Amino acid sequence: MVTKLLGERIKRKEDPRLIQGGAHYVDDLKLDGMLYMSFARSPYGHARIISVNTEAARNASGVVAVLTGEDVRGQLGFVPCQAEMEGLKIPNHPCLALERVRYVGEPVAAVVATDRYLAADATAQIEAGYEMLPAVTQMEQALEPGSPLVHESLGDNLAFVEKLEGGDWKSVDADPSLKVIKQRMINQRLGPLAMETRGVIASYSPGEDSLTVWSSTQIPHLLKTQLSIMCKVDESRCRVITPEVGGAFGSKLNVYGEEGVACYASKWLGKPVKWIESRRENLAGTIHGRDQIDDVEIYFRPGGRVVGLKCHILADMGAYHQLLTPGIPTLTSLMILGCYDIKNVFVETKGVFTNKMATDAYRGAGRPEATYIIERVMDLVAHELGLDPVDVRLKNFPAPGKEIALATGVNYDSANYQKTLKKVLKLSGYSKLRKEQQRLRKRGKLLGIGLSTYVEICAMGPSSRMPSGGWESGTVRVEPTGKVTVLTGASPHGQGEETSFAQIVAEELGVSYDDVTVFHGDTAQVPMGVGTFGSRTTAVGGAAVYHAARRIKKKMARIAAHKLGVKPGDLVFAEGMIRSKDGAKSARFTDIVDEAYYARRLPSGMEPGLSEMYVFEPPNFTYPFGAHVAVTEIDEQTGEIRLRNYFAVDDCGRILNPLLVDGQVHGGLAQGIGQALWEEVVYDENGQLLTGTLMDYALPKADQFPWFETANTETRTAVNPLGVKGVGEAGTIGSTPAVVNSVLDALSSFGVRHIDMPLKPEKIWRLMRQGMMPEAAHHDS
Amino acid sequence: MKIRIKINGTWREDDVEPRLLLVHYLREVAGLTGTHIGCESSLCGACTVLVNGDAIKSCTLLAVQAGGAEITTIEGLARDGKLHPLQQGFWEEHGLQCGFCTPGMILACHQLLARNPHPSREEIRHAIEGNLCRCTGYQHIIKAVEWAAEHPSE
Repeated sequence: MVTKLLGERIKRKEDPRLIQGGAHYVDDLKLDGMLYMSFARSPYGHARIISVNTEAARNASGVVAVLTGEDVRGQLGFVPCQAEMEGLKIPNHPCLALERVRYVGEPVAAVVATDRYLAADATAQIEAGYEMLPAVTQMEQALEPGSPLVHESLGDNLAFVEKLEGGDWKSVDADPSLKVIKQRMINQRLGPLAMETRGVIASYSPGEDSLTVWSSTQIPHLLKTQLSIMCKVDESRCRVITPEVGGAFGSKLNVYGEEGVACYASKWLGKPVKWIESRRENLAGTIHGRDQIDDVEIYFRPGGRVVGLKCHILADMGAYHQLLTPGIPTLTSLMILGCYDIKNVFVETKGVFTNKMATDAYRGAGRPEATYIIERVMDLVAHELGLDPVDVRLKNFPAPGKEIALATGVNYDSANYQKTLKKVLKLSGYSKLRKEQQRLRKRGKLLGIGLSTYVEICAMGPSSRMPSGGWESGTVRVEPTGKVTVLTGASPHGQGEETSFAQIVAEELGVSYDDVTVFHGDTAQVPMGVGTFGSRTTAVGGAAVYHAARRIKKKMARIAAHKLGVKPGDLVFAEGMIRSKDGAKSARFTDIVDEAYYARRLPSGMEPGLSEMYVFEPPNFTYPFGAHVAVTEIDEQTGEIRLRNYFAVDDCGRILNPLLVDGQVHGGLAQGIGQALWEEVVYDENGQLLTGTLMDYALPKADQFPWFETANTETRTAVNPLGVKGVGEAGTIGSTPAVVNSVLDALSSFGVRHIDMPLKPEKIWRLMRQGMMPEAAHHDS
Repeated sequence: MKIRIKINGTWREDDVEPRLLLVHYLREVAGLTGTHIGCESSLCGACTVLVNGDAIKSCTLLAVQAGGAEITTIEGLARDGKLHPLQQGFWEEHGLQCGFCTPGMILACHQLLARNPHPSREEIRHAIEGNLCRCTGYQHIIKAVEWAAEHPSE
């Protein structure tokens, strides 16, 4: 009888506006008297600013104002960093450079003009004089005594050192039967590259002393707080609106200097100011992801049981911290044991400043690095012992369970890693693939089969473990007409929660899915919120919305019971009706809504109206998991890799809408495969960015992928009432090591143990040319 | 410079700067903001529109170069309140997430189906390799095009 919506494949509510050009992204908005801003940026990785001559720009046609770092010094706050860690060094991060520039693309001056073309013209006329300084771009060099310093006032380039230790290393050290492998792995720097670049409109009203900001962001509420502090406008009079956001992948989980300058300029000029980032600016001046050097030591028994893992992580911060920069690699250490019962762990992480753009959260944010390390480790052990990678994994999985305590101090929720592995082996026809591989090898053909069995930390998270709150708000308001309005503090940007949250509320209240509308992203409309990131939106934000709907239902049941003369617990909400269980008594949903608003016959003491907010505080993170198989072919002549098949079995807990889950997995796979094979942000030794356009940064294209074969298992979590775990980052986290393991599997006869990403054909070709060497020559231990 | 352009079935005349890009003309002058700008360099395809039926990246064409042409933007695809089969296909098959690449992607696929009404999956992949999408991994876009090929408008 209850309308079944959860678990159904339902088309998205978001799409009609998006497929007809009716949606509004920041750049689609125009305000009366709006001015356009453009930035002059540093062409050098490291230099002293001698002078910034703005005269020609000020006199250029259409120019209203030019701002430099000196102009806003002391009046516009620094770019904030909210990461907290013992001994963390946080250098001042001005919105416009002061005295020095520390990375290519750092904003030096802003031009405000009446037209975007005129703003660009005038920006080209800003003459900045620089004295070039030696740059440091390599982390190991940055830590050497005598290295150029990114921030002289800090004394060195070390941002922090963090250690994580668990288990009993004395017993490991005392056991001579253990085998040891040491391996360095480099997790290269990536660009998030949302298709919509960043953009902001700041509109300050002098009469009301109020600031309204439209920003392409993942975190409208956090941005409102930070901009109010930076720009000295009372937070009560600040409003941030997130219009349609054209993708983000973590890159818009931030507060950027350009947003501060736009607000400052609008406040100063009393007019709306728009800034839209160009793609070149996006590659240079929007946060990058990853960028670690990971030195791993693996201790294991000859039978394949891994007993200990040590890792020394160097994590590149770039020149400054953005909002969460130093916090990202701490997720790597937390998740470094993956889904394996390894009793002893030691991780030391050093954050290092270099003359590059800041790193921060990019899809997966610290967990892809962890998964890459541990999944490569499993294959290294298998390779060393001549075992099948499946067997090594099975030997090291913990038994399925509801709570699994790790040596890292983390407690995983419901887990059944054997189940996803078994399912992907069947889906991929693993044993047949191995036979095919043998056949092809005899003919000199290279086929690789790569496995990855991942676990990730999601649903960020309990507030005790988060830098700025891990709760989320959900509000459900039944309007007097009976239409249902849902407000969420999570601010999705493509994930589809206008659809899935409507499913949750419509099913709970027994009303039509079409009658439920979900809003997000306007701080004047949504009372409080944290945002969309860390695969948290449904697991935390959806749970809040669910609880708010339950509160509405409870109140409506009380009103209906009062009216019908039955007990509230006897009422069922379905098909727009509220009925007693025996069907004898009923009222229309809208009749009870009328009662709530007319308020003439409410139960004694009840407040009129139907609006409830719930703030959900998750008791734990969730730990989705999965098993992936990648099949690659390598051209023996050119080293070119063809990803032939890809199989993914993901367990993200309960599935609310399989269409959306598939979409998230596919997109994640494309990004994870992109890291394995093609993508890389490259700086030269002077800090010059060599991948500053889409000609140089290899964003994956449609013809580079095979058909993804996906499936799921559903292991519900008890962390939230919906049983959902989160799926936004799963594909990215699982796929990178599967592809790299696959390529190394194909090359196993060449004695190659490890290759760093991206696996470009020239690297493979060189290795195959050298590869006739005996295998032992490649071993470090 | 004076230009005369037919956009989505209606002729209009405007006086524009010679350097004005077609995409800015469509967005800022004609007020059609469904065409997006993703890279300003012809590499991402977000700005793709139909110029005399051909899928063209409007970020590297001057408005004056399009003088006399017939242009179709995403706003001009639905007819009499009925979605074009490609629009419907993208909706049915979840061919979009953030939606930013979608207008350009749909118009690139429009050219494909005009030339090849029943493309293979490989042909679809090849036809959209100049249109970048960071959200979908492209697979649902391919299914969307297949849906449209199976449901041509009457």
